[in-house]
Amino acid sequence: MDTIILLTITGVGLGSIYFLVASGLSLIYGLMHVLNFAHGVFLSFGGYIGYEVARIIGIETWTGFVTACIAGALAGGAFALLTELLLIRRLYNRHIEQVLITVGLALAAVALFGGIWGHDSIPLFGPEWLRGTTGMLGVDVPNKNFIMILGAALVLIGLQLFLHKTRYGMIIRAGVENRSMVTALGIDVRKSFALVFTIGGIVAGFGGVMASYYFNYISPSLGQSLLIFAFIVTVIGGLGSIGGAAVASVLVAILQQFANYYVFGTGDVVVVVLLAVVLLVKPTGLLGKKA
Amino acid sequence: MSEIILKVENLQASVSGQQVVEDVSFEVPAVGITALLGRNGVGKSSTIKGILGLYQRQGNIIFDGQPIQGLLTHQIVQLGIGYVPEDREIFSKLSVEENLRIAERDKNPNRRYVAELFPDIEARKAQTGGSLSGGQQQMVSLARALINSNKLLLVDEPTKGLAPKIVTEVAVALEEASKTVPMLLVEQNLEVVRRLAEDVIVLDAGKVVYTGKAKTLLADEALTQRLLGVHSEGA
Repeated sequence: MDTIILLTITGVGLGSIYFLVASGLSLIYGLMHVLNFAHGVFLSFGGYIGYEVARIIGIETWTGFVTACIAGALAGGAFALLTELLLIRRLYNRHIEQVLITVGLALAAVALFGGIWGHDSIPLFGPEWLRGTTGMLGVDVPNKNFIMILGAALVLIGLQLFLHKTRYGMIIRAGVENRSMVTALGIDVRKSFALVFTIGGIVAGFGGVMASYYFNYISPSLGQSLLIFAFIVTVIGGLGSIGGAAVASVLVAILQQFANYYVFGTGDVVVVVLLAVVLLVKPTGLLGKKA
Repeated sequence: MSEIILKVENLQASVSGQQVVEDVSFEVPAVGITALLGRNGVGKSSTIKGILGLYQRQGNIIFDGQPIQGLLTHQIVQLGIGYVPEDREIFSKLSVEENLRIAERDKNPNRRYVAELFPDIEARKAQTGGSLSGGQQQMVSLARALINSNKLLLVDEPTKGLAPKIVTEVAVALEEASKTVPMLLVEQNLEVVRRLAEDVIVLDAGKVVYTGKAKTLLADEALTQRLLGVHSEGA
């Protein structure tokens, strides 16, 4: 029983990281129909900038951690905004080119990060409490899981408030459903595209800092290695659905944890099987809409 | 001769590389309702979408004295064109209220006017668009276009697939709206055309084949049959 509790909580913690990557990806695809293979580098960039800021302020202090989160989010957002304005904006409705340019950007950015910060992983340990454990339901749960869950919950609430309580949020929800009709109402949907890309980048950048503290390292390929799971989560949850991404993130991560522990480390395989089952049974994803 | 609000010259439109409007030229007066007629698939909706820039197009389009063929869709709409699309296209996951709010462009939108014109949807503001009946969705779609003070409405098959009672309600709403804003109306229901339209433009195979007064066309049974493939009487 102890193992089940531990696997569940750590699964939710890992799912929180997946959610931070997948939510932006899902929003971007849902509104803009852009498969953004460069999304992972927003995460890595945010992680590195957060690391640099934390190093200056104090890598083992809470002030350093919180400032790193803010700096990482801003860095991810800025990177994403520039990507949208300089590269993606010219390529709307040109899906092949979008894939090529985002894959190219991802490869170039990973190489660039390696050139700046080195190709090896940089170990990263946060405040002492983050490295400890807390007794819960009879098991010692690593504290970092609670911070990851809290961070993802804040992002989920923030995104839902933005989507449901602001005019831009309303435009984005409408655009996910019928983009050309939004345009036909006199709304410049390109502004929404830039905003969504930036929001996706902010969340990914924040996720980069959180992931680096969760895995205790930052590396050039950290974001891209998480991206594959983010794509899976996005498809399982339903493209464009933030709620779906949240549910699918937790589901995928818990399943992965249990399979890794009980079924000879087959977590990744089980996740791919789950993806196949969802695509066969409900191709629109758990909470996705019909095309 | 009344003023012209919209002048279309040699409009060609294509979607996914396939030409759907070949060479269309016509004018829409600044008052009343002008019906755009034709058999199924002749390019009526495509013409509307071409004017709005929703489809790739070539040719000259002059709206209120200003060329708009180089503008993007949202820029064209912001000049004062309201659009009621075929199949309504309201946002099914947004509430009725949100469907109306998202359409508001004017500083002082015509909320009261819309509420008086469509009391039924006023009472259903909290419902999601997807939970409404087809007729109610059409009312929302019309309300969305009427909530701003437009200079022209492009209305595409507003009675399509609706029950006779709802068709009458939609016709009444259009008639009322036409007192304040001119319309280019795509419509298959000739009874509605007879009731609402002053002028008609008939398309065939992507080209204009007839322009004139609605009464004149619909009074000529043989011509109506030849151009539209239906009988004007009893329609």
